[in-house]
Amino acid sequence: MSARVGTHSYFAGLFILIATGALAQGFAGLGTDSEGFAVPERGRVLTFPDDHGPHPDYRIEWWYLTANLQDAKGTPYGLQWTLFRAATKPEPAEGWSASQTYMGHAGLTTADRHYATERFARGGIGQAGVTARPFAAWIDDWQMTGKAAPGEDELSALQVTARGIDFSYDIELTASGPLVLHGERGYSVKSGSGQASYYYSQPFYSLTGTITLPSGPVDVSGQAWLDREWSSQPLDADQTGWDWLSIHFDDGAKLMGFRLRSRSSAFFSSATWIAPDGQTTAYGDGTLMMIPEETHRVLERDIPVKWRLRLAERDLDITVTALNPDSWMKTLVPYWEGPVRAEGSHPGSGYLEMTGYE
Amino acid sequence: MIGAGLSALLSHWRSKPLQLATLIVGLALATGLWTGVQAINSEARSSYDRAAAVLGQDTLARLQSASGGPIAPEHFVALRRAGWLVSPLVDGPLRLGRIRARVRGIDIFTLPREATPFEVSGETGFAAFTGDDELVLAHPDTAARLTGSELNLRAAPQVAPGDLVTDIATAWRLLDRQDFDSLLLAAEQPAGLVPLAVLAPELARIDPDPQGDIARLTDSFHLNLTAFGFLSFAVGLFIVHATIGLAFEQRRTMIRTLRALGLPNRAVVALLLTETLVLALVAGLFGVALGYGIAALLLPDVAATLQGLYGASVAGSLTLRPDWVLAGIAMAFGGALLAVCQGLWRIARMPLLAPAHPRAWAIASLKTQRWASLAGAVLLVLALATGWRGGGLVMGFATLGALLLGAALLLPALLIAALQFGGRTARSAMAEWVWADMRQQVPGLSLALMALMLALATTIGVSTMVNSFRATFTGWLDQRLASELYVTAQNESQAAELRAFLGERAQAVLPIRTAEIEIGGQPVFLYGIVDHPTYRENWPLLEGVDDVWDRLAAGEGVLVNEQFFRRGVYRLGDRLTLVPGWSDDIIGVYSDYGNPTGQAIVDHDRLVAAFPDTPRLRHAVRIAPQQATALSEALVNTFGLPPGNILNQAEVKQFSLGVFDRTFLVTGALNTLTLGVAGFAILANLLTLSAMRLSQVAPVWAVGTTRAGLAWLEMLRTLALASLTWLVALPVGLLLAWVLLTIVNVEAFGWRLPMFVFPADWFRLLALALLAAGLAAVIPVWRLARTRPASFLKVFVHER
Repeated sequence: MSARVGTHSYFAGLFILIATGALAQGFAGLGTDSEGFAVPERGRVLTFPDDHGPHPDYRIEWWYLTANLQDAKGTPYGLQWTLFRAATKPEPAEGWSASQTYMGHAGLTTADRHYATERFARGGIGQAGVTARPFAAWIDDWQMTGKAAPGEDELSALQVTARGIDFSYDIELTASGPLVLHGERGYSVKSGSGQASYYYSQPFYSLTGTITLPSGPVDVSGQAWLDREWSSQPLDADQTGWDWLSIHFDDGAKLMGFRLRSRSSAFFSSATWIAPDGQTTAYGDGTLMMIPEETHRVLERDIPVKWRLRLAERDLDITVTALNPDSWMKTLVPYWEGPVRAEGSHPGSGYLEMTGYE
Repeated sequence: MIGAGLSALLSHWRSKPLQLATLIVGLALATGLWTGVQAINSEARSSYDRAAAVLGQDTLARLQSASGGPIAPEHFVALRRAGWLVSPLVDGPLRLGRIRARVRGIDIFTLPREATPFEVSGETGFAAFTGDDELVLAHPDTAARLTGSELNLRAAPQVAPGDLVTDIATAWRLLDRQDFDSLLLAAEQPAGLVPLAVLAPELARIDPDPQGDIARLTDSFHLNLTAFGFLSFAVGLFIVHATIGLAFEQRRTMIRTLRALGLPNRAVVALLLTETLVLALVAGLFGVALGYGIAALLLPDVAATLQGLYGASVAGSLTLRPDWVLAGIAMAFGGALLAVCQGLWRIARMPLLAPAHPRAWAIASLKTQRWASLAGAVLLVLALATGWRGGGLVMGFATLGALLLGAALLLPALLIAALQFGGRTARSAMAEWVWADMRQQVPGLSLALMALMLALATTIGVSTMVNSFRATFTGWLDQRLASELYVTAQNESQAAELRAFLGERAQAVLPIRTAEIEIGGQPVFLYGIVDHPTYRENWPLLEGVDDVWDRLAAGEGVLVNEQFFRRGVYRLGDRLTLVPGWSDDIIGVYSDYGNPTGQAIVDHDRLVAAFPDTPRLRHAVRIAPQQATALSEALVNTFGLPPGNILNQAEVKQFSLGVFDRTFLVTGALNTLTLGVAGFAILANLLTLSAMRLSQVAPVWAVGTTRAGLAWLEMLRTLALASLTWLVALPVGLLLAWVLLTIVNVEAFGWRLPMFVFPADWFRLLALALLAAGLAAVIPVWRLARTRPASFLKVFVHER
């Protein structure tokens, strides 16, 4: 149940490379350098709402939201809102010399267009930051603000906004299920060299809101998934990239799966099944089969945009297809991230993220 | 037939290699000087472009405080939180020892990518900028100059010379600030934002400046260089014209024969044209190589000049750029075609069986001469008119151009008049012949003599200007640097101890305190001085109200430097707003040579009241001059001050004069080169004439003058003509200096200088002119002396 660590840490790793100036070959070798930073420890109990807020003594952290939407006519859309935090050094520093840095990504995908933009800020001056109580995460005018009723979890209701040059959105999220802790009560061990992170999700959001495209505003509704994760060890030395999926099945269950592509050894796969009531089941290496079926040429790269997924234990056999094969994030750290549709034994919709295709 | 024609035409050059060499060298010299100047200009302009493009200034608009003050950091955050893509900038001067640099603080997180002068990754990532590393990026030249400083420098060729690009936090520490100068606006902003006029009414939007201040300031300097380059080119063209004209003339017989044999006239013209183009290409390539050499040699001094006069940073290394390479070759083609067109025109219109009798091709008819003299006179009147009316750099250069060209066109007429006058003094037939022969020679030599006159006049004019400037500058240094020692403490507590220490030993300790302010968008250094005879007796005031020092001491009024005064077109009594809420009258103007920025002086206490935090580190110390060295040693021993912190008057003067001399080295070098080209022009013309003069000299030989005697007369004639030319050049050069000092300098640098004359220099120049002309005459004279009697006799055979 450590899927998201590896996945997002690919570009978190690159962000750190940019943020910290670590002298690494490519992004390999980043995984080892946690010196001076706090390291996740087995047995620590996550406490909320405190752990919704930032953990500045850890090197990397993110608030990562993906959503599948549709308008009144049933036209599908995808949406992403992410705030990354990276510390340039373990020692705290104030104001303009702050050691905390932030990176925001926002994406909006239609069947034939993909809008993406990014923001950067230093911590310590108020331009970007996160507070746990009341919950708020922001960079510039982009916001993820807690709207929870008294007594509810701070993340149970959110308002999320972002704005690029040619698009914007403003959505409200309401969770219909519990927070999901990955690994051992949120202590998520990575396969291989034993790196770990703290990791939990809120995959049960339903949403309503407005997206604004160059053609005008569109009222939308749909489902969303929030990931929360922090660590100090971004990557394994021989990892070349990740293919990661989250799917909301039409029957209310959820699946998260990924495969880690390696330079020197066999690919490693993992999956988490989340029942409609929030109960989780983890599946180890080799259980989830992910087979690329079709690639698409994006900026001189061949990106798999159609996948066959099989999970025998759940009688799962589905084909996952990208809504828009050109969902390329042309950000400082580039990657593919966009909405997908699942067909077969378990129909549904979700998000696909692919990194490391050079 | 065409091949045979070509080989016949080219055989001319085989038989006259010296003529070929003259042609190529002349054209290469002309192209070389022009190209060299263009290469220097091109290199400097690219430095300005880089400076103008620094942090997107040339393409991105920015926000500045409407009141001219700094912008608080909270403002930036508030605008970002409102969705505006703005990025803060702070910049200010940093003095590291004797080196001045410009710190430019950026926020790498928000800086628009098109304004970022480097890749944000790895060693220039966020952490290196924002962390403890305090990374500072600088142009390799600047980084090299700052080796040994405490800065964590990294060379980055994209950064403009003289700039230090670093994070806001580092810039704040270096500049001792906590605010911003402006906010850069990204080119594209999200839709639907609250307008800036509502969010931040106190910020004004400044549109991008594609050119940059430095480029505007230095325009005049480059115009100056271009004018020099063009002058050299024109002088070089005289050579080319003379040589090509001769070659055409000497080939008339051959061309007549070729045409008689059936080669069409059009083919002859085409062949000659092709020949010219090939020669131009060869000479052009030589010229570009020569130009590169000249530019590479002069560029470091030009860079020093621009730094000294305008504070503009120019890289000292030269890059081969296609613009000036192609322009150089094009100039060679253009020049060669210009020189050849007269000859081609004549050949094209030559009747098939025209007599091949060589006529003195270059001897202009009396009519042409009259027209040239008339044009010259008109130009001189024009020069007088524009000079009188004055005003503006362009008018200044127009005056210069009209003056030089007018004088050049009048030169032959003046020489002939002088020779006619001289002829009347002749008492023997021989003397009469010498005068008449000289007069006869003038038209043929006129182009070369004009070139010499131009070179001499320019040299006199420019050296008079530079030497006047130097004399004024030296006097000004004596006034300005009246104190014997200048001592800078390392910190405030040491400064207090220093004052106590010096108080017991020196006659006076005068504090020097500075604050940097902005008036009308221009940076101005505001100095606070105490009332002391040192200033009252020595300060180089140009104008001032009657009781200027009393009023200054009373805290009423401000003194400004001449540059600031002239740039702002102020008058005495005008009111200046120094900082919001503090205005004062201008009560005096002082000269401040070599300083590119504005400066103002107020009473010490008023400065401290307005800027209580300005450091009290610098002091001027008055002491008997013979005790200065001992005191400076005592300071080193007692306080351990580094040598750079104690400057004595003599050192500062020496340093300043050193900078001054370096500044004008370029002008001197270009002058000398132009003079050299003019000397070569004389050589080319004399060579041309010597072949044709045989018929004139032969009768004199026949009546009994020896060849050696003839040769001496020939040399004497050349020297006499050079001397006469010098005599004409002298007033022209002095007029030139006057225009430079009273019109061009005021426009270009912002200061007016008194004119001094240096007669010793004129005679040195006469000697140089005689040497050049004498050297040029050596070969023709030597040839004449060695002419075989049979050749003289042949003249009479042909005259049959």
